Amino acid sequence: MSSRARTLFFLVSAAGLAALFAWGFHDLPPMGQYRGPYGNVVSKIAVYERHATDVVNAINYDYRAFDTLGEEFILFASVMGVLLLFRPSGQGDNHDNERSQLEDALPVSDTLRVGMQAMAGTMVVFGVYIATHGQLTPGGGFQGGVILATVPLIVYLSGNVKTLDKILSSPVTKLAESGGAGGYAVIGIAAMLVGAHFLTNFLPLGKTGDLFSSGTIEVISITVGLEVTGGFLVLMKTYLREIIEEQLEGE
Amino acid sequence: MRLLQWVILLLVAITAPGVVLSRDPKSQVVTLSVYGLICALMFFIFQAPDVALSQITIGAVMLPLMIMLTLTKMRRQDLRRGQKGQKK
Repeated sequence: MSSRARTLFFLVSAAGLAALFAWGFHDLPPMGQYRGPYGNVVSKIAVYERHATDVVNAINYDYRAFDTLGEEFILFASVMGVLLLFRPSGQGDNHDNERSQLEDALPVSDTLRVGMQAMAGTMVVFGVYIATHGQLTPGGGFQGGVILATVPLIVYLSGNVKTLDKILSSPVTKLAESGGAGGYAVIGIAAMLVGAHFLTNFLPLGKTGDLFSSGTIEVISITVGLEVTGGFLVLMKTYLREIIEEQLEGE
Repeated sequence: MRLLQWVILLLVAITAPGVVLSRDPKSQVVTLSVYGLICALMFFIFQAPDVALSQITIGAVMLPLMIMLTLTKMRRQDLRRGQKGQKK
């Protein structure tokens, strides 16, 4: 296709897209004007029914907990997919050698090291806070989990590769990933054991505003946090191990 | 409030082409990260703090990280292939 034909093709399709956009947008309700009934209903009854002040998480981990279970297993499956694609080739198993070479490869300034080390603890506290207060304030298991998963990155930036390796290789990481994903399903099945439907909120709801309130929303939020943290750590380990291996083979 | 919303929408409209127009993958990662932060700010201004929190961590940290790691891995693979080619 010549350059002129390509431009013509682009102009025609862009005009078509613009027309479709204009057609789609001209009948939208104005900004902030919500027409559907469900949002208003849920915002009114969530605090009363579930004792959760963050309605978004009351929906995610209770009213539509089954969909969130599916989403969580999407993450689980994609982590498994990366593991499968990047599985080790079966050579280069001398770990001591890898570590010493990696430390040589990372020149880190004192400012960065001190700053990042000071940040690591704060990030752990912040991540745990976000993950455990999901039913009270914005955030929840997913957001808290990702924040927690950035902590090893900060450790990596501070040049402390041994600690990073220790965190990533620890069995707790894998346990958190599978335990988090399985825990969610176990909570759902536990509801069936007490005679309710799958993923019914069967735990005592507690007092609105307390840390341990809103029944299974809190527990599910924590399991999601574990799963997400574990999943991202496993991903990171897979990527970084590959890089270390390549480094070794390159030298 | 309205003004703030217009300003942030304008910023999104400015940074989004920036991501597309930066051709070098390495600089694209940086622009993508900035775009992720601006998007997070937009979600916050439009009163969706839950989405904003996810967007900060995913859009501004995790996605650029994954791309960076992939780029590093690809570059290493290229280097290795080049060396093997020389040996032969």
